[in-house]
Amino acid sequence: MTLMDSLAADSRPWAFLRRLLAKAGLSGRGLVIAAPMLWLLVFFLVPFLVVTKIALSELVIASPPYAPMIEWTKGGELIVKLNFGNFQFLFSEPLYLNAYLGSIKFAAISTLIALLIAYPMAYLIARSGERTRNVLLMLVILPFWTSFLLRVYAWIGFLKGNGVVNNVLMSVGIIHDPIVMLQTDFAVYLGIVYTYLPFMILPLYANLVKLEDDLLEASADLGARPFMTFLTITLPLSLPGIIAGSMLVFIPAVGEFVIPALLGGPDTLMIGRILWDEFFSNRDWPVASSVAIIMVVALVFPIMIMRSAQDRMEEKAK
Amino acid sequence: MKRSPVLKIATVLGFLFLYAPIVSLVVFSFNENRLVTVWSGFSLKWYGELFQNDQLVGAAILSLQIAAVSATLALVLGTLASVALVRFRRFRGKTLMIGMVSAPLVMPDVIIGLSLLLLFVSMEQLIGWPAGRGTLTVIIAHATFGMAYVTVVVQSRLSDLDISLEEAAQDLGATPARVFFDITLPIISPALVSGWLLSFTLSLDDLVIASFVNGPGSSTLPMVIFSKIRRGVSPDVNALATIIIGLAAIGVLIAMLIALRQGKPRRTA
Repeated sequence: MTLMDSLAADSRPWAFLRRLLAKAGLSGRGLVIAAPMLWLLVFFLVPFLVVTKIALSELVIASPPYAPMIEWTKGGELIVKLNFGNFQFLFSEPLYLNAYLGSIKFAAISTLIALLIAYPMAYLIARSGERTRNVLLMLVILPFWTSFLLRVYAWIGFLKGNGVVNNVLMSVGIIHDPIVMLQTDFAVYLGIVYTYLPFMILPLYANLVKLEDDLLEASADLGARPFMTFLTITLPLSLPGIIAGSMLVFIPAVGEFVIPALLGGPDTLMIGRILWDEFFSNRDWPVASSVAIIMVVALVFPIMIMRSAQDRMEEKAK
Repeated sequence: MKRSPVLKIATVLGFLFLYAPIVSLVVFSFNENRLVTVWSGFSLKWYGELFQNDQLVGAAILSLQIAAVSATLALVLGTLASVALVRFRRFRGKTLMIGMVSAPLVMPDVIIGLSLLLLFVSMEQLIGWPAGRGTLTVIIAHATFGMAYVTVVVQSRLSDLDISLEEAAQDLGATPARVFFDITLPIISPALVSGWLLSFTLSLDDLVIASFVNGPGSSTLPMVIFSKIRRGVSPDVNALATIIIGLAAIGVLIAMLIALRQGKPRRTA
């Protein structure tokens, strides 16, 4: 339908709908705002208030397993019970602090390794001819569209005692007994780097592809060695790409549950896994909620602040 | 410019790292041996066993349904949010909406899952809805985080859009709704498709949130796979992985060809 046709066509259905809405005191504009707003309020913001409430409740053996915070007594008095015991417990028990620091450590080191692997790949892809570039980009994107769980699973078959890596190393004669790789911290690093590598490559590529050859040639003409050119020109100019990629790897890695649960050992401490265990194994909903609150305050808020700073930086660069 | 061999070697090693586990997963799905990593002959029997496994097939169908419904819901909500954020200069609660719509992108899954479960439990106590947890609660949860991704994709397309087209239609007397459906929607449709696909895939892939908000008796595919691989490797999971990788490869290839045929590959996400 062309524009003129649609204008000539009867527009009564819309007009009818608009009259109906207007009668109810709503404009179309109001609806466009209200629908997503209400959804987010009910299913995103309110849940956090509920978590806060339960973090301040006492554990009881019941279903659901927490004591009510607000009670009406028979005499009509309102009793509000606030219990900060859960938070005291978290701060007195070194397990939680260690798990929090452990998550940051795992995420930070994995991000660095991913950057080191991704940079040369992104650089080469950005400098390739159009045909090669498209094929390589497709190869980078493809793993993202396959199941995350199954990609982690692939590493179990690779790393286990009679897995592919050990079998190859033993048949070549480099080792005689299988190396223990599964259920170690090493496997967790490997899993995180592997899973989130495409998230590092793509923003780096998007940045490096804009780098102009003239700059590199000018630098070479002025006598700089390739490494010097890289350090003084390419690297500083690609900083926004490095930051964007690092955020995309660090953020999901820090709250990761699946990778430490499948590839890590019993002493691999990450906060996402602790929260899961508190909830599903210990059925301690108040402590699980307190862990969640601490994660939001000490992890998610700083990340959100960093992200908005990054957005502002990009706006300025435009 | 000359490319150094070091760069080439590093790139080849990088792709080897990305694909070696996937290739071994696929190869051993055709292995006749029950021990996944010991090769003893070609066989398709794990594929046969996969389709005999009613639990896996049922979970796969359920997951596809949940993904389709939640992605559609996410698409509608996310598009509305994008229109509100890009086209309405100022309204009450705009900052709040910007914050709420982008927060799920940085929120760990365990927290989204826990908070939604606690909400559903409290709501059931207070108003009796939702009665119990199951497919409906998973759909709500997936739509909520899918919506965030749809908004990112659609928002960037909307703000790139030449607003004079919409203004022209408006000047010719079209109502805002007609402008949206006849002008805006067709132009942003590529972004709508990629937003829908993105939240469809994320829903299909989600283990953590579904584990929290799901009830007994309606396990999704990732939940079934997770409990299977926690007990060790098993060849029928390899067969399943091979099918999923094959489908994803076909999908990406088609998307690629479409992008190439349209001339310059357009910026999608």
